[in-house]
Amino acid sequence: MIATLDLTFSYPDSGLLTFPNVECDSSGQLLILGNSGSGKTTLLHIMCGLLKPQTGSINIDGIDLTVLNDRELDKFRGLNIGVVFQQAHFVQSLTVIENLALPALMTSENISSEELRERTVRLLNRLSLQHKAYSLPSELSVGEQQRASIARALIHKPKVVFADEPTSALDDKSTEAVISLLEEETNHAGASLVIVTHDQRLKNRYDDRVELKDLAL
Amino acid sequence: MRLIYIARKNLFAKPLQTTLSAILLAFGVGMVSLVMLSEKQIKDQFERNIKDIDLVLGAKGSPLQLILANVYHIDAPTGNIDLEAANEVVKHPYVEAGIPLAYGDNYMGYRIVGTEHSYPQHYKAELAEGELWEETYEVTVGATAAEKLGLGIGDRFYSAHGLTDGTDVHDNVEFVVVGIFKHTSSVIDQLLLTNIESVWGVHGDQTEHSEEKPKEITAVLLKKRNPMAVLTLPNLLKDTNMQVALPAIEINRLNNQFGFGTKAISAIALLIMVLSFASIFISVFENMQTRKYELALMRTMGGSPSTLFKLILLEGGLLSICGALFGLIISRVGLLTLAALVADQFKYDISEMAILPSEIGLICCATFVGLLAAILPALKTLRMDISGTLSNE
Repeated sequence: MIATLDLTFSYPDSGLLTFPNVECDSSGQLLILGNSGSGKTTLLHIMCGLLKPQTGSINIDGIDLTVLNDRELDKFRGLNIGVVFQQAHFVQSLTVIENLALPALMTSENISSEELRERTVRLLNRLSLQHKAYSLPSELSVGEQQRASIARALIHKPKVVFADEPTSALDDKSTEAVISLLEEETNHAGASLVIVTHDQRLKNRYDDRVELKDLAL
Repeated sequence: MRLIYIARKNLFAKPLQTTLSAILLAFGVGMVSLVMLSEKQIKDQFERNIKDIDLVLGAKGSPLQLILANVYHIDAPTGNIDLEAANEVVKHPYVEAGIPLAYGDNYMGYRIVGTEHSYPQHYKAELAEGELWEETYEVTVGATAAEKLGLGIGDRFYSAHGLTDGTDVHDNVEFVVVGIFKHTSSVIDQLLLTNIESVWGVHGDQTEHSEEKPKEITAVLLKKRNPMAVLTLPNLLKDTNMQVALPAIEINRLNNQFGFGTKAISAIALLIMVLSFASIFISVFENMQTRKYELALMRTMGGSPSTLFKLILLEGGLLSICGALFGLIISRVGLLTLAALVADQFKYDISEMAILPSEIGLICCATFVGLLAAILPALKTLRMDISGTLSNE
């Protein structure tokens, strides 16, 4: 489902980052572990198609991202990839339900408003957020925001969900809750889940994991 | 949900900033539009009243005053002229027709003008009720005057000497209202018309020497038969106490004087528009800085750079259209206020509210200003480093 091959990347004023090859089956779950500065966010952004690697390739669902042009990449990302960020960010002026409708608008995906609505309501119900549908993001608690961002990552039925440090700011109990939720929901949606984190608590949870070496400076 | 909806929501999310930008633009547009409107109204009004009056014959003095007094009835007359001498001029072969005017009295600030039936006919004034004056001391009243004075058919009143107030009442003769004109949007609306004998009568009875004095009138509105009249008549009148003035030329001169004030107001309005440009620019730019992460987020959701570009432009565009429309409302409120002031002072009605073609241009121009102010921040979104923005939140 996802496979990377010999990825390297370099920022203008730093050394070359080389990444180990990463593989994950469809509806599989993969942990990418690395300390801050190991380039894990860079790897995540490359896999999402937000950054272009210097060399190597990323294959998602049989498509090589490195051969897509910018417009195709935007479109591909919008249709196939969901991202849960460390901090839940939303378009602050829109309500939760409107924020969930954004991915469909951004990709001008061919989806009827009834179907979108049905999907949204189902997802909000699953994540016990139905009572917050018409609230502004700023009116949600941190936990609710995190759940809402999971909902947004799943609303367009992506093939892969990337989670960037989903647990680093959470205590053990919340960490367990959020990770379970992520696993459950991606599983339910039939998407692969790739978690990128430095959180050692997650280490033993996954057999399938890649550890990034610290950058040699 | 559509982009324009998001743009609207984003604007409403910052009500103070949005309102400030819109108000600045609104005032810029409002002032320009007010200048346009009042210029047009005044011009229309002046031109409507000049209508086919080529020359005005009256006593020597300021030609502009002669025009203002006799065509528009907003200034005191330059003096009286001898009826016989005036008739000589009207009979001149270069002159096609003349409408005599004689006045000097008012009723509650509205002028009582002695003239002939050709005067209301000239302005195509139709009767709303009653009839035109026939006998001495019968008056037919202009629409606005009748309304303001509360006059109806059969009402009687005394005139007062002078043209503005009622301190010196001529209580020797009583005028009676026999008709009321329909609205004409011309100077007729503001006048009480009667025959010339009535005007003589009011004053003649008072002095009791009317038989000995030569009969006088105030002015004659002339229509020329031959363009040469413009050149010949002034020469002809050189040695008399009379003069002819050309309404078109005098009003043109007056407009040029007005024009200076108009230009000053336009310059200030332009300055406000520049300020509003800066305000919209700062507002959209600030908004974008604080929403950098949101915009990056939309990109990860598959939004293309052009989608975000459109969104930012829409915000600037919406803001400026709202501001511009609000500006048109401001100018109309301003015009109404101005009209109320002017009507009290000059008995003029300038309250037509239709949107001028030039105002549509103005709105387009204001919208363009808003789009221009938004385009620089919007261009920045095209070159946005999503990955960088997302990792340095």
